[in-house]
Amino acid sequence: MSKLTGWTSIAVLLLLSFGTLAAVLSRAEGLTAISSDDWRVLRFTLWQASLSAVISVILAIPLARALARRQFRGRGLLITLMGAPFILPVIVAILGLLAIFGRNGLIATITGLPIQIYGLQGILLAHVFFNLPLATRLILQGWLAIPAERFRLAASLGFRPTDIARQIEWPMLRETVPGAFLVIFLICLTSFAVALALGGGPAATTIELAIYQAFRFDFDLGKAAQLAALQFLVCGIAGAVALKLALPQVTSGGLDRAVERWDARNPWLRAQDAAIIALGALFLLTPLTMVILRGAAGAFEMPATVWQAAGRSVFVAIIATTLCMAMALALAFWLNTLNRGRLWVEGISLLAIAASPLVIGTGMFILLFPFVDPTRVVLPITALVNAAMALPFALRALVPAVAQTEAQFGRLADALGMRGFARFRYLYLPRLRRALGFSAGLTAALAMGDLGVIALFSDPTRATLPLEMYRLMESYRLEAAAGAALLLLALSLLAFWIFDKGGRANADA
Amino acid sequence: MRKANPLNLNRLTPAEGRLLDTPPAPLPPVAMMESEMRSLIYAAGFCATASVAMAETPVLTVYAPDYFASEWGPGPAIEQAFEATCACDLQFVTGDVLPRLLLEGERTRADAVIGLNTDVTARARATGLFAPHGQDTSDLTMPIDWTDEVFLPFNWGHTAFIYDTTRMDQPPASFDDLLAAPDDLKIVIQDPRSSISGLALMLWVKAIYGDGAEEAWEQLQPNILTVTKGWSESYGMFTDGEADMVLSYTTSPAYHIIAEGDDTKQAAIFDEGHYFMVELAAQVAGTDQPELAQAFMDFILSEAFQSIIPEGNWSFPAKLEADKLPEGFEQLKLPEKVLFYSEEEAEALRGPALEEWRRALSR
Repeated sequence: MSKLTGWTSIAVLLLLSFGTLAAVLSRAEGLTAISSDDWRVLRFTLWQASLSAVISVILAIPLARALARRQFRGRGLLITLMGAPFILPVIVAILGLLAIFGRNGLIATITGLPIQIYGLQGILLAHVFFNLPLATRLILQGWLAIPAERFRLAASLGFRPTDIARQIEWPMLRETVPGAFLVIFLICLTSFAVALALGGGPAATTIELAIYQAFRFDFDLGKAAQLAALQFLVCGIAGAVALKLALPQVTSGGLDRAVERWDARNPWLRAQDAAIIALGALFLLTPLTMVILRGAAGAFEMPATVWQAAGRSVFVAIIATTLCMAMALALAFWLNTLNRGRLWVEGISLLAIAASPLVIGTGMFILLFPFVDPTRVVLPITALVNAAMALPFALRALVPAVAQTEAQFGRLADALGMRGFARFRYLYLPRLRRALGFSAGLTAALAMGDLGVIALFSDPTRATLPLEMYRLMESYRLEAAAGAALLLLALSLLAFWIFDKGGRANADA
Repeated sequence: MRKANPLNLNRLTPAEGRLLDTPPAPLPPVAMMESEMRSLIYAAGFCATASVAMAETPVLTVYAPDYFASEWGPGPAIEQAFEATCACDLQFVTGDVLPRLLLEGERTRADAVIGLNTDVTARARATGLFAPHGQDTSDLTMPIDWTDEVFLPFNWGHTAFIYDTTRMDQPPASFDDLLAAPDDLKIVIQDPRSSISGLALMLWVKAIYGDGAEEAWEQLQPNILTVTKGWSESYGMFTDGEADMVLSYTTSPAYHIIAEGDDTKQAAIFDEGHYFMVELAAQVAGTDQPELAQAFMDFILSEAFQSIIPEGNWSFPAKLEADKLPEGFEQLKLPEKVLFYSEEEAEALRGPALEEWRRALSR
């Protein structure tokens, strides 16, 4: 069952990534050689993506550790809110960041210092702002998956925090960090509007912008397809390296007891964690506050169509979440039974993030046009593409959870003759719940805010909320657009919170 | 929080008031649901059943950019005005007009297109997809003569840097002044590779400085705060006070004057002249609705269409006497001299000019 669905998912993913690429290539009039400029662009793209991912992950480790070993009032809310930057539309996030770090931003106004945000530092700042929450959540999942018994044992053996770090936390990080690094690297690889706006000029050109140029400025489909293929290649190499580095953890199970951290009761550690959480929250939440303040003023200026667009975005989010969860569960179970080919399947599941939205959109258009008016199916297509884009995140959370459950309880379940639905319902569901809730929430939130593939074909009467927001901006209605952005933020967070909460019900976290 | 900063810069109440007069009622939610359901049905592949009911009235399909057909663009009012005369159903299909046409080729569903710019007309013309518009363009109200028989202008403006009078007393009076301005005067511009206005700026500089364009860009570089993908990011950064000037259009202040009652946003007029930007429409030769497509071409230069443009697209109509422009447009500052490259010149220049731009700004 999971094998069949697994193969179907793989087919869909291949169609969306290589299928669309081939479609674009089929319409190309010859190939243009990749120039030395393109190689320079590639070098810059790799450099900024690696730096962004390294910094995000390095900062995320202490933040995730602090959040993992502290319980305080409002912790859940804080974790949810801190996830918000990841789902903000780029343009909103840029204006929010500039309101804090810009020339005329809060810091420059208060301190009177001339702050130079534009340049590599600006790109990194923005990418860390976007991706620190994701890295933190992915690593936090790893921490929360460590069975409570191990900390008990550690406490009874008199482990100091450094021992715990070496014996328990380091192996967990070896497993989770490469994956987290990889997805963030891939996200930053295809980043384009952020790199340009905060990079300060054409020196900050990424491959995605070169693809855009090939499409819009030169209408050179051959070159666009070549650059997209290059992007896939880079993604493939990065993926292979990261997945090789990730050491799957073989561990004994626990009894799902609440985690008690005797090791972290020391006041110095307490102060350290408090400071880290406060700094992280400050960095992530102040630009968000500016977004909320800007939006609150415009919230009453929003025309009725914004609400209808919001309805459509919710629809897209629900479909995308359903599709993504179906694919992710099938692939996670299937992956667990695979030995050979495992890397291939994992690799293919990552492809969608490395795909250029422009290539996907154009390719889908070329594929669909002979059969159906593409504008009519734009919402289902958007949902499908979003499901594929969110799949890697879902798999990062689900695959280890499935593997661990199977390793710990598989034989017991076999002995008890638990199969099919019963096995899923009583064995897996309780253990996958947290990972499922998290990934469903993330998918819904991402799909809500995605502008995605609709640049080439949109329907004036069927705009989604982010598209509606851009339309407001393009017609000078910046305040109403800020209101729409706030609505988008609220809906994304709400969707995330509902699913995530569902996943954490009855869990100790 | 300081008073001028982000929250209260854009007052929208007057615009909302105006919106109420704009006729097209959005589809009621039920109809919306229905169309959504339909798209799902199509997606699943049960194509046959859906669109039977509306076969009666002939449909004129016009490809347009997204902003054009949105409820804040001129599209809905134009649709209503045209449908009142044509006994047809005018449907705008939005997206990237030219790339889409190029992909569809002969099989395109479009009967006409609207919203092309001169920077793409050379490639559009080369497709051979378009038929002559058949209009008399000798008496247009544009600063240049228009003799193109295929692409018909419907509105125009010039590139210009917009500044805020409360933050800048003495804007540069020429492009030379701007190049010589102290480094702390910061402008924000758009990337010519991803934005039409960015491309127009590149050609503007080329038209003024010719072979010295690269040097001009080098001199301008310290003043460029950043380059954005599109116009919206730039304009948002300007209204948030991040940049002193933004690359936009001479007609941008009209929005602030008319919709917001705010006359502090003005265009800095340069002695060397400003680059002329025009938006165009054309009919598709292979249309199955030739009469309707022709009727639409005839309609474009009519007063009914042209009078929608000023406040619908915040730009100058191609054929409307100055005294018929809405109140507020007379306050706009306009250049004496207009710079413009013909389609062939622009097509030949843009590749090398982009190289110069990129080299100078990458240093």
